[in-house]
Amino acid sequence: MDFKERIYLWEIVKGLWITLRHLVYNLFHQRSMPTLHYPEEQRPMPARYRGRHRLTQRDDGSLKCTACMLCATACPAKCIYIEAQEGLPEGTEKRPQVYNIDMLKCVYCSLCVEACPCDAIRMDTGLMPPPADSREKFIYRIEELTKYPAIKHPNPPFLHRCGKL
Amino acid sequence: MTIEIPYIAAVLKAIAFPVMALNMIPVLVWIERRGSAFIQNRIGPNRANIGSFTFLGLLHPFADAMKFMFKEPFRPENAHPVFYFLAPALVVIPSLMALAVIPIADHVWVQGHEISMSVTELEYGIAYVFAVASIGVLGIAIAGWASNNKYSLLGGIRSTAQMISYELSLGLSVLGVLLIFGTLDLNELARGQGALLWGVLPKWGVFLQPVGFLLFVVACFAEANRLPFDLPEGDSELVAGYHTEYGGFKFSMFFMGEYVSMVTLASLIATLFFGGWQVPWMTTTALDAHLGELGRTLSQIAAFAVKIGFFLWLFIWVRWTLPRFRYDQLMRLGWKVVLPLALVNILVTALVLLLANGF
Ligand code: SF4
Ligand code: SF4
Repeated sequence: MDFKERIYLWEIVKGLWITLRHLVYNLFHQRSMPTLHYPEEQRPMPARYRGRHRLTQRDDGSLKCTACMLCATACPAKCIYIEAQEGLPEGTEKRPQVYNIDMLKCVYCSLCVEACPCDAIRMDTGLMPPPADSREKFIYRIEELTKYPAIKHPNPPFLHRCGKL
Repeated sequence: MTIEIPYIAAVLKAIAFPVMALNMIPVLVWIERRGSAFIQNRIGPNRANIGSFTFLGLLHPFADAMKFMFKEPFRPENAHPVFYFLAPALVVIPSLMALAVIPIADHVWVQGHEISMSVTELEYGIAYVFAVASIGVLGIAIAGWASNNKYSLLGGIRSTAQMISYELSLGLSVLGVLLIFGTLDLNELARGQGALLWGVLPKWGVFLQPVGFLLFVVACFAEANRLPFDLPEGDSELVAGYHTEYGGFKFSMFFMGEYVSMVTLASLIATLFFGGWQVPWMTTTALDAHLGELGRTLSQIAAFAVKIGFFLWLFIWVRWTLPRFRYDQLMRLGWKVVLPLALVNILVTALVLLLANGF
């Protein structure tokens, strides 16, 4: 450090000038600041973003899930709870009666998606789970898991799995 | 029974001045938050609203104040039952008291009574400010000790050491100005700065005592516990220092104390070094002749407001520009740089005055 730097003052004035420049520039260019006004403005989700889960449905609206428990077994957080019931005569042998995911435990690893042999669960809604004021509200039942559609992507990412959609 | 005008004025002033100072806090907090945000390329808080009006984020300080008031008054286990609650008051009351002698305009005449535009006028005003302001450090030290928390204790100890080192320089750095104007009365000081220097410059303390001014500003930052001297708080190493264990309204009292002492110190800088309420190049008599007494008083208040406004902004501006000192650097700066410079400054000023006025 030379003398000019050692007495601080000139350097402080330089620093103050820099911050003042930022302040004045940002005052007049508020729109060009990188901050997103979050709930109103959102960045587009990347195609493979692992969001809130979705139980996929057949064309007639029934769940594709066969209650095989593979996802519950694969889940590292043990947050999937399934109760099976007798399948419909024209459908699969079993179907879920209860399908709960505890979103407070879920680590969004998507191992459940990979484990499913029937493409019955996906994480392609592009949504983050909203805040809630009780723990019960974070346990998503079949209704919540079928509520939101998948986001539309030009190339749907998981198409190759399970042969057909 | 008639009540004398000076008494009415005294009561009015005693109410109006603290209210003015306290009302500056939300505005300062707002400027600090939004200003720091813009300095750092952020937007800053802008969500609190009434209906759909956010007033540019101006409502956030009020929302904060509400939150502080409705929080639970909590006392950590083993904290001292009396001193823990006393400490915030010991911080906020002295900082409000110190404001009492700051004049915001020259004397006004109401029905033949001369009324000063400060809560009270003391012959030894500046000594009073320093005396009262140094009580504030007691509050901080007690807060650190009474919380029964290591971080708080460290913050309290740091603040005592820092205050002792810098209060010395604070007092010594103004001596030059006091020597030149030959008074301790803040109103007299401001009046003395109305003259012109060589017919062009206003005879402000900053032009007569540039070194004293710099040292005083540095000491003021240390005195107000503001960055770069906020070691008692030191969030990165001490969590929040002396107020780690404080929440709710007690925390907001520390907060208020900090901002009120900022106001006090900014007005001190303005009064000592920038002519106080003096409108540059216009003396009270000249203004009286042109604008009448009311116009004169208002324009002097406006001049004072501009001056302290700038220094309040400087406090905020510096906070968001400079990083915190390391503790040994703080001590070195205080004892090895600021203090000797202040002493030399006094010596030189005294010698020059002695030579100029003859023996
Ligand atoms: S994403 Fe991972 S943690 Fe969450 S339910 Fe699926 S397997 Fe379990
Ligand atoms: S979601 Fe897939 S893996 Fe899980 S139970 Fe249903 S069919 Fe089996």
